Amino acid sequence: MARARWPLLAALALCLLLPLVLDQYKLYVLSLTLVYVILAIGLNLTLGYAGQISLCHAAFMALGSYAVAILGQHRVPFEVGLVLGVALAFTWGLVLGFPALKVKHHYLAMVTLGFNIIVFLVLRNWESLTGGSFGISNVARPVWGPVSFKSDRAFYFYILGWTAVVVASAYWILHSRWGRAFRAIRENEMRAEVVGVSLRNYKLMAFAIGAAYAGTGGALFAPLLGYIDPGAYTLDRSIQFLMMVVLGGLGRFEGPFIGALVVTILPEVLRGSEGLYLIIYALAVIIMMLFMPKGLVGLWDLAWRFSRSRSSPSTSSASLR
Amino acid sequence: MALLEIEKLTKHFFRLSALSGVSLSVEPGELLGVIGPNGSGKTTLFNCVTGVLPPSGGHVRFRGEDITGRTADAVYQRGIARTFQLIQLFPEMTVLENMLVAAQEKTGTLLSRLLRREETQETARARELLEFLGIARLQDNLASNLSYGQQKLLDFGMALMSDPQLILLDEPMAGVNPTMIKNLMGHILELNGRGYTFVVIEHNMEVVMSLCRRIIVLSQGERIAEGTPAEIADNPLVLDAYFGR
Amino acid sequence: MADFVQLCIAGVSIGAIYAMAAIGFVLLWQTSNTINFAQGEFVVLPAFAMVLFFVILKFPFVAAMLATVIVSTLLLGVGVKELLVTRLLKMGVLPLVIATIGLSLLIRYSLQQFWTPLALPFPAIFSREPIFLGTIVVSLEEIGNILFAAVVIALLQLFITRTKLGWAMQAVAQNRALASVLGINVARLVTITFVLNAALTAMAAILIAPVYLVKYDIGVGLGLKAFYAAIIGGFNQIRGALLGGLLVGVVETLSAAYISSHFRDAFALIILIAVLLLKPEGIWGVKEEWA
Repeated sequence: MARARWPLLAALALCLLLPLVLDQYKLYVLSLTLVYVILAIGLNLTLGYAGQISLCHAAFMALGSYAVAILGQHRVPFEVGLVLGVALAFTWGLVLGFPALKVKHHYLAMVTLGFNIIVFLVLRNWESLTGGSFGISNVARPVWGPVSFKSDRAFYFYILGWTAVVVASAYWILHSRWGRAFRAIRENEMRAEVVGVSLRNYKLMAFAIGAAYAGTGGALFAPLLGYIDPGAYTLDRSIQFLMMVVLGGLGRFEGPFIGALVVTILPEVLRGSEGLYLIIYALAVIIMMLFMPKGLVGLWDLAWRFSRSRSSPSTSSASLR
Repeated sequence: MALLEIEKLTKHFFRLSALSGVSLSVEPGELLGVIGPNGSGKTTLFNCVTGVLPPSGGHVRFRGEDITGRTADAVYQRGIARTFQLIQLFPEMTVLENMLVAAQEKTGTLLSRLLRREETQETARARELLEFLGIARLQDNLASNLSYGQQKLLDFGMALMSDPQLILLDEPMAGVNPTMIKNLMGHILELNGRGYTFVVIEHNMEVVMSLCRRIIVLSQGERIAEGTPAEIADNPLVLDAYFGR
Repeated sequence: MADFVQLCIAGVSIGAIYAMAAIGFVLLWQTSNTINFAQGEFVVLPAFAMVLFFVILKFPFVAAMLATVIVSTLLLGVGVKELLVTRLLKMGVLPLVIATIGLSLLIRYSLQQFWTPLALPFPAIFSREPIFLGTIVVSLEEIGNILFAAVVIALLQLFITRTKLGWAMQAVAQNRALASVLGINVARLVTITFVLNAALTAMAAILIAPVYLVKYDIGVGLGLKAFYAAIIGGFNQIRGALLGGLLVGVVETLSAAYISSHFRDAFALIILIAVLLLKPEGIWGVKEEWA
């Protein structure tokens, strides 16, 4: 992790200083990037570290968003909504994790994919609660007594705070025995079980924690946009998160940062042509899988190794398997 | 009381029968050999005992407790460890990490494994074992960067990490050079002297004959003979199973 | 009652198309462990090819059909196998899953960007005139679809059970390592499976084009239905995929008619979830185990 320290500090400094000079729109893009970082960290934990494919990250995100939005309408403090949304996502993560115990990749992909579609259908059709296709507008931003996070800049720092919490907690989890158990399951499920790793416990946890992070991201996403509707939580969105994590580098701590950055910046560069953007995106993913299964972090590794080519023992690096 | 008792264990794959009613028992402190031609059900036997495969019928008792059909992690927690014929490691993790995975689930609760960070005891034990096996200097290498023989040793080391009461070795000598074989045999005998119980599947007859005091022969999913090395060597049924028909 | 029978026939007619896509899907899984997330787009691309040959270039119908099948087998069969699968197959299930997701996006949005975001109409192959069988009204289109699909599936079944190549495919599906020991060229069989799948999806495309409008994003729904069908019926059995396809078609037609068209997709999903919870190997599937 030593080599990630300097870039991390630099990124943190940028995150603190940039908003002072950015205009409103760029500030919004940066805020969105942070929200995506949170979501991608969650998926990276489930998919990248524990090797459990999830195609319903957007559905977990929706649980967070709608919890905040619905409770906000009843003047419940934002943080209460967030905690509730996260708990909801965590619980559903556990529930969905159960089929993961019995079955292999393709089934898990199907179950989660199905869950995303069901959640979308429920959001669109349960009008009394979710506002149906129109969704919910005027999602309130948090206020702490005299301190208000209503302005874009203040809310950016609020998001930054949560991002720090998520990054720190994910780092903690992944560098504990749990993180090691996750990687062991990804590397060789059968061997992991034979040395005492409970597949049930860890697969469920990997799923539920990933979902909880998605809930956190979702809860911050709703007030960032100010309005939400089911269209933001489709299967396509889940696949977008998947691509984000793959692009960044599966099972690498730096991956989600790079992935989220690329995915938010690229459409800005290719503005006005969503189709073209998606085509480039899809091509990038395919090429990535073919030639760089370690993601963009792999490039970073190469650069790093090049810069200290004199003293480089083989370092532990996780890759897609 | 026997350490491990296997009673009429059967296993079918679709309609093929890999094990049909095998019974055997392992005494504490023993070094039991299991031999038999390819496809005789030796590895399936290990798989059914360790919970990698659910048996189709019969019972497995370990220290008097029925462990039939338990999941592999539960069996391991009770003190049975094993190695694999085709080496099974965590390739993109370091040698030390491979060892630590094998020890981490032994104590504490799920939550305490998240919260408690220090691992000096486990690390010390891993180092000691790696030292014993002579691969301590490789501890920070990725398991996938090890040579075949080194991987075989690591696989063996992982099985020792939890201080198990019974160790099942599935062809520990397969593909290993003669020096390493001598080396490994020494390790097994030394550990056996310290009180570890072993069941060894092995094709190398020389090894089995000199290592084990009792040998069981499987053929086509059934136990066809049992005895001392000398008795097995003279048993016409055994020769038949290997060369006959 | 007549209503019910009519709806069932309509359901079977659409289900037969799903079944063709689902069978291809299952074949890919069996011989190459590929979960093809682009299966829907594998139907859409030939549908656009059909529009090109039949509507735009005004080929005679049979020639257009042949051209479509050829384009599909070359591009989606041989092309995808050689460019993507050969390289990724070695790396396990997950990279291929992600690559096929990428492929589905690529095909979908390329069609939208470089051809048209609009829905293209396609003339009916079979007449839509109602046929009266007592009190039951069906259309020639429905019957035609069912018969066409039945013939294709029967031919496929014959190929698999009666030819050497078919036997080899079954052997690979049963046990890959053993098959290559027995001297079966697994790589070539994977190619053949991809070609077969592309032919199947092309047939499905020809049937589906007149039923739906041809649009770049109809593959999303189609691919899902193929998945559902394969899982519900059993992922390792052709007859399972057939059963699953028909079931999905009938259930969605009935639930759209009797309950709510809003939740049209939900009912097939509910069956799917029930199957996953109660019999994860599928209604007609066989348990897979580590050996």
